[in-house]
Order: sequence, then C-alpha cells, then structure tokens
Amino acid sequence: MLSASTEFTPWASLLGGGAIGLSAVLVMLFFGRTAGISGIAVQALRPLAAGLDDWSWRVAFLAGLVAAPLLVSVVTGNAVDQTVSGNLPAMALAGLLVGFGSALGSGCTSGHGVCGLARLSKRSFVAVIMFMASAFVTVYVLRHIVGAL
Amino acid sequence: MRVLLALAWGLLFGVGLIVSGMANPAKVLNFLDLAGSWDPSLAFVMGGAVVVSFVGFRLAWRRSAPILVARFELPAATELDPKLVVGAVVFGVGWGIGGFCPGPAITSLGLAAPGTLVFVPAMVAGLWLGFRARNAKLRSFATKESTS
Repeated sequence: MLSASTEFTPWASLLGGGAIGLSAVLVMLFFGRTAGISGIAVQALRPLAAGLDDWSWRVAFLAGLVAAPLLVSVVTGNAVDQTVSGNLPAMALAGLLVGFGSALGSGCTSGHGVCGLARLSKRSFVAVIMFMASAFVTVYVLRHIVGAL
Repeated sequence: MRVLLALAWGLLFGVGLIVSGMANPAKVLNFLDLAGSWDPSLAFVMGGAVVVSFVGFRLAWRRSAPILVARFELPAATELDPKLVVGAVVFGVGWGIGGFCPGPAITSLGLAAPGTLVFVPAMVAGLWLGFRARNAKLRSFATKESTS
C-alpha cells in the first residue's frame, strides 16, 4: 500500500498554511462564514436550501480548489507532487468515513482545525483532539500492527 | 463578482494545500505516523493557518458586517455532544486510512489519481449520509425534549 518517504518542509508548509489561513480570512471578510470545506461541500449539494446566491459562491470556491493544481503547475512548470494509495476498496472506505464523520461532527481539518481553533471554539478543540487521536491510532494500527499501509 | 471572488479564495486555499504538502496523502500519513517515518511538516501547516486566521478573523470582525452579505454567520453550537465526538473519531479513522481530508481530496480531483477518483465520490456519499444522520438525531432529540 502507501508508504512513501517525504521530506520535512517547515517553510513551505508554514507558507502554504498561511495561504490557507488567508483564504479563510477572506471568506470571513467577504462572505461572513467559516471556510470549512466539508460544510461548504454539504451546502453545495443542496442548491435549493438557502437560495442561489448562498449556493453559487460555495460552488465557485470548490471550483477554485479543483483549479489550484493547474495554476500551480503552470506557475512552477512542474507537476504537483503527490502519492495516493492505489488500494481502491480502502480509498472508498476512507472517503465514506471522512465524509460521514466530518458531516456528523460538523467539520473537518479546515472547519474545526483551522477556523474553529482560530475562533477559540470549545467544540472545535475537542473535535481536533479526537480526530488527531483517532488518526494517529489508525495509522499506528495499520502500519505497525497490521502492517498494511 | 461574488462568484469570481469565491473562485479566487478557493484557488488560494487550494494553492496553500498544495504548497504546504497537505494535498499529498503520503505526507499526511507520515505526519500521522508518530512511531515510524514521522514528518512533522503538517504541524507547521496548521500553525501557519491558525495564526493567520486568528488575527485576520478579529480584524474582519471589527466590521459591522461582511463585505458581500448582510451579517457574519458563525456556528452557533457551543455544547459538546456525542455527534461531535463520534463524527470526529470516524473522520480521523478515514483520514488515517486514506491520508485525505475533504479539502485536499477535492483539490486533487484534477490530478486524477485512481485513489482520488474513488475517494471523492465515496466522500460525497458520506457527507450526505452524515448530514442526514446529524439532522435526524437533532430531530429525535428535539422531540424527546418537547415531550419530557
């Protein structure tokens, strides 16, 4: 399965994190909402729920996400470096759990992990601790006990 | 106008995910592998994003209203509840299996890795089911409240 070594990239990660934070601030400044991707995606699935204006900006934001790799490869001249597991049943299960969990828990890494922590939300602190812990345990079990990942 | 701005902020978010390494599941899984090939980079992603948004949100909230809509609409819930905890734990398990959370998975669609093309539709189905489950539980809870 997926076990590729990666380099420690503190500066690129800090810079990229800053861009994510800036985007969240701009969404707050212009649209008055937290930029939680799972929440934006759920609302994008419900075009009739809150009116076209409330729906269209979310779809446009998601389109921006999808377009980002194209922009990066045009600017840098390099393909985006990415290693994704080719274990398709595992990826289907992972996708289902990620979607279900983030919708049930009202947020994911962006909604709770970035916006929620920045808002000093108690719920988000709890959610982040829970999902980090469960992800650490999952990877530990899969890599070091099952030996699968 | 609002659509173009939202597109631009989405692009910025996606570029941030790529530059930071967050859009690479191998890097995410190595971050999560404390006992093995630990790559601490993603702590810097979260650190950078939280610091910028902590300061930026407070600057934005000095305005009486956002620029394009009538009011700020922040999550109203403050109480901890089982749905929050169960949802976060389930999300973490999926994140640990695939190395994708929702933003990076959507950003990766165009790169068309087979794993991504399977992950995203499953995630969309999961989002819908989770949304239904959250509201269904809310309703049953509200009913119980009103009858007691």
